[in-house]
Amino acid sequence: MRTLKFLLQKEFRQIFRNKIILRMIIGLPIIQLIVMPLAADFEFKNINISVIDHDRSSYSKHLTDKIIASGYFVLNDYGNSFDKSFEQFQEDNADLIIEIPKNFELDLIRENTNELFIAVNAINGTKASVGNAYLNQIITDFNREIRLKNSTPPRLSQSSTIEIENLNWFNPFLNYQSFMVPGILVLLVTMVGAYMCALNIVKEKEVGTIEQINVTPIKKFHFILGKLIPFWVIGIFVFTLGLFGVGRLVYDIVSLGSLFTLYAFLSIYLIAVLGIGLLISTFSNNQQQAMSVAFFFMIIFILMGGLFTSIDSMPEWAQWIAAFNPVTYFIDVIRLVMLKGSEFKDIQKQFIIITVMAFIFNTLAVYNYRKTS
Amino acid sequence: MPEVILENISKSYQDGKVKAVKNVSFSVEKGELFGLIGPDGAGKTSLFRVLTTLLTPDSGIATVFGCDVVKDYKSIRQHVGYMPGKFSLYQDLTVEENLNFFATVFGTTIQENYDLIKDIYVQLEPFKNRRAGKLSGGMKQKLALCCALIHRPKILFLDEPTTGVDTVSRKEFWEMLQRLKKQEITILVSTPYMDEATLCERIALIQEGEIMSINTPQGIIEEYPKKLFSIKSSNMIQLLDDLRKYDSIDSCNAFGEYHHISFKSENTELAKSELTTYLKRDRDYKDLVINDINPTIEDCFINLMN
Repeated sequence: MRTLKFLLQKEFRQIFRNKIILRMIIGLPIIQLIVMPLAADFEFKNINISVIDHDRSSYSKHLTDKIIASGYFVLNDYGNSFDKSFEQFQEDNADLIIEIPKNFELDLIRENTNELFIAVNAINGTKASVGNAYLNQIITDFNREIRLKNSTPPRLSQSSTIEIENLNWFNPFLNYQSFMVPGILVLLVTMVGAYMCALNIVKEKEVGTIEQINVTPIKKFHFILGKLIPFWVIGIFVFTLGLFGVGRLVYDIVSLGSLFTLYAFLSIYLIAVLGIGLLISTFSNNQQQAMSVAFFFMIIFILMGGLFTSIDSMPEWAQWIAAFNPVTYFIDVIRLVMLKGSEFKDIQKQFIIITVMAFIFNTLAVYNYRKTS
Repeated sequence: MPEVILENISKSYQDGKVKAVKNVSFSVEKGELFGLIGPDGAGKTSLFRVLTTLLTPDSGIATVFGCDVVKDYKSIRQHVGYMPGKFSLYQDLTVEENLNFFATVFGTTIQENYDLIKDIYVQLEPFKNRRAGKLSGGMKQKLALCCALIHRPKILFLDEPTTGVDTVSRKEFWEMLQRLKKQEITILVSTPYMDEATLCERIALIQEGEIMSINTPQGIIEEYPKKLFSIKSSNMIQLLDDLRKYDSIDSCNAFGEYHHISFKSENTELAKSELTTYLKRDRDYKDLVINDINPTIEDCFINLMN
């Protein structure tokens, strides 16, 4: 116990003397949490649209106005030549082209039907499909308006229309930030835990101090605990700073569920993440190697953790990878607890999985870490 | 019973491709100042790492104060002091913090063993609040020695302690070792500098993982089989070339100001006068100086290498 105390004292002393690490611990959660949720927004605004209006009627004007007024689209150009608009398309100025045919209004009234042409620039797949969906919605709406206008009142009462009312549970205003901020917080904690822990141990290898430690009676177990505990504390600190300092003060996000459950999960999650860091450090001989390996895993963890893309829509093999990704479970849990107010019994499964992961990673790391070669 | 025993120790790296240590056997008596002398890559550090339990040998048995380096590594770690060739203390901790840290991990305090490090530590004391990384090379060595001594080890392993240290600090360092010897601490030191060999009580000359000779420095010098001469002229480069071409020369090596030569024949006086005549008359060397000399450890090393 006494040895551990001195190891911890030494470790904290070194961390607090390292100005860059200190700035990272405090600056990273604040800056990242302020910048990223505002930037990484899936709501597409400012989709550039080219309107080709061969009709120039009041209907076509009305449709154009309706599209622009929706707030999602910006009118890039308004003309009557497809070639000219397609040029805009090719120069990447326009994301969407809508072509209104000649005699649009006339044919619509006379024949009760007409066709519109929409071309989508699918280089940015998400933007294209979202833009297309928005546009379709506007056109459907426009269609309904026309039908109401052209129908005679008695017929209106007969023709029944379905009105759809959406109700968003757990995030009633579809607030993007209350969905993203907790997820990004998870990534931050993961990065701080895995990177700092791995780099710190590898640094001892690189400088050679680990040799000096290895010839002392310090036990393997003590040395590893001496490394894990400081970064566990830092992880908790970063999480708290992000949750209260930024989440509550800047975004006004308050956890619906119990903070105790959240912190209990965080505690085990951090052990798992630190275990990964420890494992990486046992395989690496210098900080460069550790950094590259950690980066490789971190990219997979981040992109396949369900923060940016839904895991349910991934192919099955990818879902299996996600199932072995600790980030998946914490993102799941933090959203369930904070937005839905889930309790311990609801997230039991995640608790068990992360505990098993923590156990496996650390056992492997301890097994792999030897005092002799 | 000797304090350190090595029996047929071998160690190779990269799956046997690089043989660092080949069948090395020697022993070190209690209280002895033992030197392991050899060039870079001779296997000195590998041997030290085996003895300090950091490396398990491929074959052979090594014991340190009776404990096996593989099985009883725990008890060895309690009582050895190791100073690696590379400075490996915490650069971001101060002199005092480093010393305190290593004292506590061995379950002792600076005060308890202060008498042992006092002579060295007084020189460090003015800088005790300075970070170890900001010390000069000589000071770093002193601090490393203090940290290796703070738990009053039975054996001290010093791996190239004087490499990269200036001449004055080197001399000081060896004086410190002589003082430590009086405290009955067994000291194993390795060095690539042949001139330091004479400061040890016994030395082992090591080359390419093999021990070439183990003896007292004096004994090794006496083992030198030939009579040795030093020779000097104004054109040393030409002279070396001419000597090597000359038939009756057995060995000829450049040693700074002089070349050291030995003859093939037993009758060295005759050979010497023949050589002098040849060089003066046929090769036109005017300011030739030839002296009888005693061989140095380096001469012995080169002789053994061939």
